[in-house]
Amino acid sequence: MKPLRAIYIIWLRDLKRHFRDRARIVGSLASPIIFVFILGQGLGSTIGNNLPVGGGAVDYKTFMFPGILGMTVLFAGVFASVSIVWDREFGFLKEMLVAPVPSWSIAVGKIISGATIASFQGCIMLLLAPFAGVSLSPLMIAELIPTLFLVACSMTGLGVLVASRLKSMQGFQMIMNFIMMPMFFISGAMFPLANAPAWMDTLSKIDPLTYGVDALRDIMLTDVPSRYAFTTDIGVIILLSVAMLAIAVSTFSRQT
Amino acid sequence: MSTQETALGDNTSDAAVADKDKPHIGAPVIEVDHLTRNFNGFTAVDNISFSVGRKEIFGFLGPNGAGKTTTINMLCTLLKPTSGRATLNGFDVATQQDAVRQSIGIVFQDPTLDDQLTARENLEFHAMLYNVPPGEREARANRVLGMVGLTERARDLVATFSGGMKRRLEIARGLMHYPHVLFLDEPTLGLDPQTRSAIWQHVHELRAEYEITVFLTTHYMEEAENCDRIAIIDNGEIVALDTPGTLKHGVGGDIITLRSADAATTVKELKDKFDLAGIVKPAAADTSGPAGDRIYLEVPNGRTLLPQILKSLTTEILSVAVREPTLDDVFLSLTGKQIRDESVDKMDALKTRIRRRRSMGGHR
Repeated sequence: MKPLRAIYIIWLRDLKRHFRDRARIVGSLASPIIFVFILGQGLGSTIGNNLPVGGGAVDYKTFMFPGILGMTVLFAGVFASVSIVWDREFGFLKEMLVAPVPSWSIAVGKIISGATIASFQGCIMLLLAPFAGVSLSPLMIAELIPTLFLVACSMTGLGVLVASRLKSMQGFQMIMNFIMMPMFFISGAMFPLANAPAWMDTLSKIDPLTYGVDALRDIMLTDVPSRYAFTTDIGVIILLSVAMLAIAVSTFSRQT
Repeated sequence: MSTQETALGDNTSDAAVADKDKPHIGAPVIEVDHLTRNFNGFTAVDNISFSVGRKEIFGFLGPNGAGKTTTINMLCTLLKPTSGRATLNGFDVATQQDAVRQSIGIVFQDPTLDDQLTARENLEFHAMLYNVPPGEREARANRVLGMVGLTERARDLVATFSGGMKRRLEIARGLMHYPHVLFLDEPTLGLDPQTRSAIWQHVHELRAEYEITVFLTTHYMEEAENCDRIAIIDNGEIVALDTPGTLKHGVGGDIITLRSADAATTVKELKDKFDLAGIVKPAAADTSGPAGDRIYLEVPNGRTLLPQILKSLTTEILSVAVREPTLDDVFLSLTGKQIRDESVDKMDALKTRIRRRRSMGGHR
C-alpha cells in the first residue's frame, strides 16, 4: 500500500499546485486556442471544406481540431512531468527521495499527475469543438476522456524520461525544439500524411502522437475513415505508454 | 577571567553550564562500525567508528569536504557505504532502508520545502509520506508549528518566508513523524546570528520535549559547544571524539597569542629562553597576510608565565592575549590547520548567495 499512497500524495500535490496557478492554466491553453482560431480559420479559408482524407473530404478546421487536442496533451503533459527538474532544483525532490517510499512510486506518481493535468487541459479544449465544426455527442465525450488520458500517459512518460536526464531547465528549450516540435508536426496533427514523402511517413510510424491523434480523429470525425483502426491506435498507445513508463521509472530510479 | 577575550570567555562558561545539567544519555541509537565510502578512488569517509546515545546532541565538526555530509547521507540511506556497517535504531542502513527512514528526520543544507504550498500543507504532505495517522496530523502540525513559532504563518505560502523561517519550518517538518533521530546538516549555515541562536534554542527544547537524538554537522566552532559530544572529522577520518570540555582540556592549559614585529626572531628567542620547544606554534596561515606575525603558545599557566615572557623578550611585541582554549584551538592542535580558512568562507558566501537567489525566485 505504501507505493500507492506515495503515488496519491504526489498526484495530490501536483494537482494542488496546478490549480493554484491560474496563470499557468490559461497560459498553456493560449497556443492551442491561437492554433484553432488563427491557423484553423486562416488555412481553412484557402483549403476550404474539401480536404481529401481517406477517400472522403472534410473541412480543414474540423480535420485539424483533433490534432490540436493532441498538441495540447503533448505540451501540457511533457511540461507537467518535466516539473521534476524544478523539484530537483528547488530541493523538494530530496524530501520525497528520503521518505520511506520506493523511488519508482515517485516516477509513477509524476506520470499520473502529469497525465491528469494534461487530459484536463485537453478537456477544456473540447469546449472549442463547435468553433471547429465538430459536434460532440455524450458518447464521444465518454470515449474521448479516457483516450486523452492514455495519450497523456505516454507523453508524461516521455517527460519523466527526459527529466531524469535533464539536470537543469536550461536544457528544456532544446528538448522542445528537437523532440516535441517534430513529434507534433510529424504526427499528422496539422495535415494528412497520405501524400507525405516516404521518410516522413516512416518517422510518423514511430511517433506515439501519430496514434494518439489518429484515435482522437477516429472518435470525432465520423464521416471519414481514420488511418489505423481504433483498436490498433489504442493498442499501440498502451504499449508505448507501458514501455515509456518502464524506461522512465528505471532511468529515474537509477539517477537517484 | 579579566585577561580573557570576553566573547570567547562567555562561550566557555556557557559550555561548562551545559555540561553540568546535561540530561541522561541512553543506550546507543546510532552505531557506526568501520564505515567507509569511496567516490571513484577518492575516499570521502575513511573507516570511521562511533556510537551515539539516545537523547544525545552529537556534533560532527570539520571543514567543508571533510566527509560530514557523506556520513549523513550514508546514515540516511541516500548513499550506500563502500564497506563497513551502520545501524540506526537497530536497523541496518544498507538493507533496511524504509525502517531507517521512518526512524529519522532530516534537515538538509539546502531547503527542500515546496514553496508553492503553505507551511501547513508542507507538514501535511510530510505526515502522509511518513504514514502519520490522519486523525493525528493536525494536532502534530499545530504542536510543531507552535514550537518553532510559525503558528501565525501556517496558512502562508512558503515562498513568502525568510531563510530563517524556512529552516525552522524544515525542523518542524522533520519532527512530524516523531523520529528517533533528527539529522541537521549545517542547520545554521547562511543565517544571521539571532536566527542561529533561536535555532539552537529549538534544538535544546526539542531534545527535552521529544526525547530525541540530534545528530548535526557544523563548521562553526562556537556552535559545536552546544553539543554533548563532538567528533572532529578531517579528511574523512575522526581525529577526536569527546565532550567539548574534555577536548578543550586536552589542549593543555591556556593559549597565549603574541603578535611580534619579527616573528621568526621571537620564536627563536622563546625556544632558547623557555623550555617551550614543543609548544611554540606559529599561526597556521603563516605564509602571508596579517596572521603571519602571530605566535600561539599552549602553556599550563598563561597568566603567571606571560609577565616573565614579556620581560625576557628583546624583540618588539605588538599585542598579547591570554585565553582558555576554544574548539578552534583543539582543531588546530589536532590537525595543524584552522578550520575556517578563506576558501571555506568563500564557499559559504556562495551558498548564501545561491540560497538568497532561490528564495527570491518565484518564477516556476
